[in-house]
Amino acid sequence: MALDFSNTTVKAWRRENGRVGVRNHVLILPVDDISNAACEAVANNVKGTLAIPHAYGRLQFGEDLDLHFRTIIGTGANPNVAAVVVIGIEPEWTKVIVDGIAKTGKPVTGFSIEQKGDFETIRQAGWKAKEYVHWATELQKEDCPISELWVSTKCGESDTTTGLSSCPTVGNMYDKLLPHGLYGCFGETSEITGAEHICEKRAATPEAAAKFKQIWQAYSDDVIFAHQTDDLSDSQPTKGNILGGLTTIEEKALGNLEKIGKTSSYIDAMGPAETPSKGPGLYFMDSSSAAAECVTLMAAGGYVIHTFPTGQGNVVGNPIVPVIKISGNPRTLRTMSEHIDVDVTGVLTREQTIDEAGDALIEMIIRTANGRSTAAEALGHREFSMTKLYRSA
Amino acid sequence: MSIPQLLVHDHEDNVGVVVVENLSAGTEMLCVVTADNSDFRLTAKADIPIGHKVAVKPLKTGDTVVKYGEDIGKMVGDAEVGGHVHTHNCKTKRW
Repeated sequence: MALDFSNTTVKAWRRENGRVGVRNHVLILPVDDISNAACEAVANNVKGTLAIPHAYGRLQFGEDLDLHFRTIIGTGANPNVAAVVVIGIEPEWTKVIVDGIAKTGKPVTGFSIEQKGDFETIRQAGWKAKEYVHWATELQKEDCPISELWVSTKCGESDTTTGLSSCPTVGNMYDKLLPHGLYGCFGETSEITGAEHICEKRAATPEAAAKFKQIWQAYSDDVIFAHQTDDLSDSQPTKGNILGGLTTIEEKALGNLEKIGKTSSYIDAMGPAETPSKGPGLYFMDSSSAAAECVTLMAAGGYVIHTFPTGQGNVVGNPIVPVIKISGNPRTLRTMSEHIDVDVTGVLTREQTIDEAGDALIEMIIRTANGRSTAAEALGHREFSMTKLYRSA
Repeated sequence: MSIPQLLVHDHEDNVGVVVVENLSAGTEMLCVVTADNSDFRLTAKADIPIGHKVAVKPLKTGDTVVKYGEDIGKMVGDAEVGGHVHTHNCKTKRW
């Protein structure tokens, strides 16, 4: 008998803006690459904080700079983050980030390095970080409806078993939880290629379908056809996908789309790292199919738990969002089970139905929200990868 | 029911997926169609790795390969029933 999740609650943190977070990080957030060292020094000095170094943030402009700001601000604003210390090389862009995060109402303070140097910046930022740790560690969890979680998905190192087992498991979870008011998110623009006509039909409204089609067409024209040397056969499917038995991009895309279930439809198509603006439901996000970039963008959009089907065994994690790995490939479970949270190999042996696998995933989402460390968290996977649209100035 | 060696998504499909390790040529496979759990038997004509596809209908160069009930590409070589279908004989129609 199907389980009823309508009254299920999780123990989580209710943030100043009403959103629900399942982790309680004090972030030390660099505005730019050259502030990484100061951030890492603060995080080393003050235990219970987390620095998330990254590669960019200087000489960017236009849409690429907007995306950089949106990603950094969105990461700090994510409900899994209790408070943020921002460090940048100069005060103006640092203030842009601080002001963006402050809109959530959470504590955030910025520091800039010029005319102080790393030593003095680290000293000042360290005091603030310590104050935030004392404050955040006394915040109490409360009972929150499971429907208030924002749960994203992206699959990686896919093979033919993901389309048969782990992707439809995520789809089953969405079919069950979206009607209760969950926010969902799928993306991977390049990996919809081959099934874009099917994806277009899964939109809830003609407007959402048109936005999806425009995003997909722009990707196809501006990225694939503008930069192709021969074709995408050496990157899509990837070498890992091909080893796992996937032959064509169409086959990969059809397996990928199993993640949105049988009955769910998306209510809007968003740009990368954008925050949903049309209320509860499923959203498409224009995003890279590279695992770390995609999870980083969805986390910046405000999603607090990520569900990640894998066939051949992608090991990705994220610094602020728990990434739940689901696999049905018995070889992957035999050779690298330390990376897998939900084993759905029973779907392939016909000992487990998709409905039962979906319930098992929902139970793991509940346990993860209540505090269970995911495999990626336990193994220290904290990949934070910025998406770059074009070269810096 | 015993454990199947091959899963096929839909009845219209002309390929299925090997879901066990170490499948060797000559194995009489139990094949299950996941759409309705119906089953049939088929003999594997090659050693085929887990996750790789097997022709469940005879396929000739130029034929459309169907999986999930959808067009996933075209044959650029032949495959007999029970034969291996992958990058050596199947390619996208897109590029």
